[in-house]
Amino acid sequence: MFRFLFDRDTWQEVFDSFNKNKLRSILTMVGVWWGILLLIGLLGSARGLENSFNRLFGNFATNSVFIWGQTTSKPFKGFQEGRQVRLSLTDAKKVEENVEGIEFLVPRNQNQATVIRNFLSGTAQISGDYPLLDKVQKKKLINGRFLNQADIDEKKKVAVISEDTYKQLFEKDVNPIGEYIQINDINFKVIGMYEVGAINIGSSTEINIPFTTFQQIYNQGDRIGYMMITGKPEYDISQIEQDAKLLLKNLNNIHPDDKRGLASRNLGTDFARVTGFLTGMQFLTIFVGVATLIAGVFAIGNILLITVRERTKEIGVRRALGATPFEIKRQIVVEAVFLTLVAGLFGIISGGWILIWLDSAFGQGDDAVIVNASVSILVVFAALSLLVVLGTLIGLIPAFKATSIKPIEALREE
Amino acid sequence: MLQIKKLHKSYPIGNTSLHVLKGIDLSVEEGEMVAIMGSSGSGKSTLLNIIGMLDEADSGEYILDGLLIKNLTEKKAAVYRNKFLGFIFQSFNLINYKNALENVALPLYYQGLKRKERQELAMFHLEKVGLTNWAHHLPKELSGGQKQRVAIARALAANPKLLLADEPTGALDSTTSHEIMAFIQQLNDEGKTILMVTHEEDIANMCKRIVRLRDGIIIEDKKINQIRAGQHV
Ligand SMILES: Nc1ncnc2c1ncn2[C@@H]1O[C@H](COP(=O)(O)OP(=O)(O)OP(=O)(O)O)[C@@H](O)[C@H]1O
Ligand SMILES: [Mg+2]
Repeated sequence: MFRFLFDRDTWQEVFDSFNKNKLRSILTMVGVWWGILLLIGLLGSARGLENSFNRLFGNFATNSVFIWGQTTSKPFKGFQEGRQVRLSLTDAKKVEENVEGIEFLVPRNQNQATVIRNFLSGTAQISGDYPLLDKVQKKKLINGRFLNQADIDEKKKVAVISEDTYKQLFEKDVNPIGEYIQINDINFKVIGMYEVGAINIGSSTEINIPFTTFQQIYNQGDRIGYMMITGKPEYDISQIEQDAKLLLKNLNNIHPDDKRGLASRNLGTDFARVTGFLTGMQFLTIFVGVATLIAGVFAIGNILLITVRERTKEIGVRRALGATPFEIKRQIVVEAVFLTLVAGLFGIISGGWILIWLDSAFGQGDDAVIVNASVSILVVFAALSLLVVLGTLIGLIPAFKATSIKPIEALREE
Repeated sequence: MLQIKKLHKSYPIGNTSLHVLKGIDLSVEEGEMVAIMGSSGSGKSTLLNIIGMLDEADSGEYILDGLLIKNLTEKKAAVYRNKFLGFIFQSFNLINYKNALENVALPLYYQGLKRKERQELAMFHLEKVGLTNWAHHLPKELSGGQKQRVAIARALAANPKLLLADEPTGALDSTTSHEIMAFIQQLNDEGKTILMVTHEEDIANMCKRIVRLRDGIIIEDKKINQIRAGQHV
């Protein structure tokens, strides 16, 4: 069946007809090449943009939710409305034990404070944190380390500061590690400094101190400012949010229908909004890509149509010499497929170059707009096959016409 | 070789139709060399094309080599054209981007012969028409007579039993015409059956039988004494 593909004459014929219709063949190939190139360029940059968004969000566990207490708006179980709800470590423990799908639960305390070092001072957000915070809100450390369990256990007076805090309190080029800063007149030793990410929740001038130290200096007891929960990947963060809030309302005697007693912010939904935008963009690129492909198909089909029509007489001669309609059609298909494939492969190669260029032009550095622009090779080959198949089908129309008329009519053609 | 009975053919022209062949009866034996003559528009080409299975009759019977030619699939027809028939056209109909050798080899390609065999056979036939040295020239580099000789070599390549020629000398000057006729006579001598359309009396006289058409019917069908083409040169 496919023996003809290994016949030198088949290819001689392809080569001959290419030579005879050089301009046309090249135009077809340019059409296909351009279609594939555009498709790869578009899909690649869309993916690159998506990657860059993902990287921006990457420091954050995107499937996380913050929950904190506010004032109640409904009386419940003998409590008046307008009561200030304060969550506690016990609450946190209960939530962690009882709500399904939680990966990490991080209790935090936060406070504004004036911070002084020598003659410099500033205002910073002081956070009492567990080492676990680093898991859900990755700190990009420039110097030193983040808090550890020993800091917690020994209630050490150590601080990890953000880069912006550093700028307020230190002269340029001073290494902050091991230096002391004063928070509420208490000396803290700086043990680490981190970069503030492009997307940051809360203040950029932040100081993280051990949770236990915070408890002690602010006399917090069991209370916490808020808890940050991240869900396991296979769980729905909104469900976890609901479950946790219901449990917390129960523990804190808040009316189940009270909308204000507990507040929360779900990063998952925020993130979903951005991903929604990205998905939309991807659909747009796919749409444009498909339109390009269709244009490519018409380019192939149209040019095949013209070439075949132009060769009607030749087809008549060949039939007079004993070519069967199948042999004629087969030759046209081989030509079409061959041209499309070669052009498509060129398109893939140059598309690859475009992506490499995009990467070197826009993909370098930490704030790159396009990160790791890439296209699935499967998508590319699917597009190419679509081009080949549809282009051939369209090309077959004139081929069918050329072989369905009587040979004499084809011969009479001028 | 072939028998034709009550053959009719008309072409639709607008709403009416033009009745071109109005009941042709003709039979040709193996080894004959027949000239079909008649004024322009009398239906000579139409008849030859039907005989060559390039066209189909509306009604009547056509038997080629014992086979009734009727409602054949295009695939079967292709095989018969390839095996039985060789065509020589007035306008040569060479494929212009293929050289002489490739043109001659083309029917052999459709016969499924191996490349080497094709080349050898094609070369053999080119040699027969005296064009060995032109084998690798494109048609546009050849004179009219040379082109027609390539076309003859091509028609012969598949070793057909019946050679059909529609005004093979129509585009050639008289000297060249006679050269071509000398070839065709030689082929006939070797046993090929030949049917040719012409409206030149001297060319017709080089055949062995003349069939005259007028208005779609045969008005005369006579055997003649062949004049050898060589005698004119
Ligand atoms: N495809 C066609 N459609 C309509 N009419 C046709 C067609 N082919 C031929 N005819 C008509 O049929 C008639 C016979 O044509 P044919 O070609 O057989 O004539 P001919 O004897 O070969 O003439 P000539 O010597 O000029 O070649 C002519 O009147 C011609 O106009
Ligand atoms: Mg004619």
